[in-house]
Amino acid sequence: MKKTFTLLAAAAIAASAGFATPAAADLVVPNLSYRTGPFAAGGIPYADGFMDYFTLLNERDGGIGGEKVSVPECETAYNTEKGVECYEATKGQGALVYNPLSTGITYQLIPKVAADGIPLYTPGYGRTSAANGKVFEWVFNYPANYWDGASVAVKHLLEQNGGSLEGKKIALLYHNSAYGKEPSRTLQELSKKHGFTLSELPIDSPGQEQKSQWLQVRRDKPDYVLFWGWGVMNSVAIQEAANIRFPMENFIGIWWSGSENDVTPAGDGANGYKSLAMHGTGMDYPVYADLKKYVIDAGKAAGAGDQVGTVLYSRGMYAAMVIAEAIRKAQEIHGTAAVNAKQVRDGFEQLEITEARMVELGLPNFGQPFAASCADHGGPGAAMIQQWDATAKKWNLITGFIAPDDEVLNPLVAEDSAAYAKENNITERCN
Amino acid sequence: MLYREAGDFKTSYVKDSQTFPIKADRMAYFALLAVAFGVVPFFINDYWANAVFVPFLIYAIAAIGLNILTGYCGQVSLGTGGFMAVGAYACYKLMTGFPDLPMLLNVLLAGGITAGVGVLFGLPSLRIKGFYLAVATLAAQFFLVWLFNKVPWFYNYSASGQITAPERTMFGIAVTGANTPAWAKYLFCLVILVALAWLARNLTRGMVGRKWMAIRDMDIAAEIIGVNPLTTKLSAFAISSFFIGVSGALFFSVYLGAAEVGEAFGIQKSFLILFMIIIGGLGSMFGSFAGAAFLVLLPVFLKNVLVGGLGWPTDLAAHIELMIVGGLIITFLILEPHGLAQLWRVAKEKLRLWPFPH
Repeated sequence: MKKTFTLLAAAAIAASAGFATPAAADLVVPNLSYRTGPFAAGGIPYADGFMDYFTLLNERDGGIGGEKVSVPECETAYNTEKGVECYEATKGQGALVYNPLSTGITYQLIPKVAADGIPLYTPGYGRTSAANGKVFEWVFNYPANYWDGASVAVKHLLEQNGGSLEGKKIALLYHNSAYGKEPSRTLQELSKKHGFTLSELPIDSPGQEQKSQWLQVRRDKPDYVLFWGWGVMNSVAIQEAANIRFPMENFIGIWWSGSENDVTPAGDGANGYKSLAMHGTGMDYPVYADLKKYVIDAGKAAGAGDQVGTVLYSRGMYAAMVIAEAIRKAQEIHGTAAVNAKQVRDGFEQLEITEARMVELGLPNFGQPFAASCADHGGPGAAMIQQWDATAKKWNLITGFIAPDDEVLNPLVAEDSAAYAKENNITERCN
Repeated sequence: MLYREAGDFKTSYVKDSQTFPIKADRMAYFALLAVAFGVVPFFINDYWANAVFVPFLIYAIAAIGLNILTGYCGQVSLGTGGFMAVGAYACYKLMTGFPDLPMLLNVLLAGGITAGVGVLFGLPSLRIKGFYLAVATLAAQFFLVWLFNKVPWFYNYSASGQITAPERTMFGIAVTGANTPAWAKYLFCLVILVALAWLARNLTRGMVGRKWMAIRDMDIAAEIIGVNPLTTKLSAFAISSFFIGVSGALFFSVYLGAAEVGEAFGIQKSFLILFMIIIGGLGSMFGSFAGAAFLVLLPVFLKNVLVGGLGWPTDLAAHIELMIVGGLIITFLILEPHGLAQLWRVAKEKLRLWPFPH
């Protein structure tokens, strides 16, 4: 027994050592995904879209600037400990950028990427104040972040109420974690500014049990419910809202709570549910012709291949597209195809996505144009509102891009990033 | 043949009652320490430190802590995650409130604070036993997590409720924060683990430990022979919580670097550590280590083999991994209900007689 145990241990050590040091490959963009656990409903389509876009680049264009992209996948199950392990396991492979799709993991990686010199790209999630490039040199979260989202949602409500929310009651129903708590500071500020009362109802992860929160919604009768949910929690909340007959058009989710997987379980009950959207959805973009030709029909699609064209698939693809563009920009700046992580950071910082470029990429009117700079890592932050049509089983965009209330957000970003800078002895750049 | 006690003569009581009475065991123990202190730090890299060694060392501290309470003193606790959270948040408040304190002192003070909280939640153990006590400690688990979520003072009013460990040093070398070298993380945890394990081993075989075991085996009989249940149970809660608090502080500051209470210190953590000591062996030091190793290293090992070695899809590997770990736990517990420690004991017993069993 002693011997077998020692042998086993030795085998374990040898095996992990072998895999922890893989060969240096082309352009490495690790995909810290989650296809298991209570958040898989969101993780799977995102990971598929992310992988498929890079497969498309490899198959159609031979990579980026002639260099193939390799996308090693690592399962985190939305768990921070596994996230750390995945980060350490993939960083040695020459990772150029991380996109962990988890606010908790992002918080952990922010100091690590700064120490290791690898950019971290968190579109629409992560630490909002990372939009301040003066403090967060290695983190980018354009085109939009949570505080933008909160502000856009309130602006939409203002619009519906003739410009005033005086005396209205708004409830924030959120995942009781860093992710869910992010918007509350902004909403508190906005409630002071616009005179609505805000009540905050936390839901503990993973959120399969929400009866008491919805009981409270029934009792308090808020005019609107804003929702920061993810994973299995989304479909449960929409079902619960349908059960208490809460008017669905007054129920607005963040962009992470607005995918097909979230609304379909509630059937017709979900009709009229709204969510934010930071990009378009559906198969009506020219890029899908190429995707079909080079990836899907060639049998190279990631996962089961049944998520193509859904909201979160589109978002994964969008994130991959921005990363690919940043790498291209870095190649352009530094005049070499085999860029390293530090050079990719320069690419992210000088990235400009114009509508003309989006058309070239086969994604016309898909996302908002933006340009990053040394100080601005956050982008314009505009978002649209989409509404679920349960009979057509389709998300319809009901507004154009709504810009957030920067007057409220900028001081908050400055305050929060200054606190981080002070805690970690960071001096501001770009001055 | 190689592993035997023949010829190993003890000439004093001290020698007779030492931890490793057999020479081969002693040699192995010192060799292990020499490798752990003298070899590993020179070869360790970030992956090995963060994915394998540091979590193992920290979970081993927590498992020893829970083993003192549950294995030695017989008080079932489901509040381990909550007590780890107390250690983590105490450590965070100390790190940010008194930036000049050395990190080791922070960690020990955090353990001390957790000991206080542990005693508080241990008070009901004087009245309730067994499953009922488990429920009472479960309440501690939920209450503590709720508290650290609810009161912003604990996370210094940060926007997202996350606590992030700033850089702190020992002897001028960073041991927390992102710039920590892998060997410093490893050695910092290793020194604390070795010191605490040594302490625990000596406590459990001395008078304190005998009292705990007397209470565990039959509390009424223990009381009749003069063991005070109040001080005994509360000392078990205090010392156990101290260990768990230290592990929570290290878990947050050295290993994760940033944490949120619900995710890092939820009820799953309580169960995980309880499973560690059940699989490892209740009331055994070796069991604490074996259980921690089993539940920390096996998933990482399987993941590397299935995804890295065999190239399976990550989701399939993750599901199979759960099944393999679960299956192995059941197998081990059927083959040896007293855990890996008993398996180890039996194996050594057989080795001593080998090759002439009878």
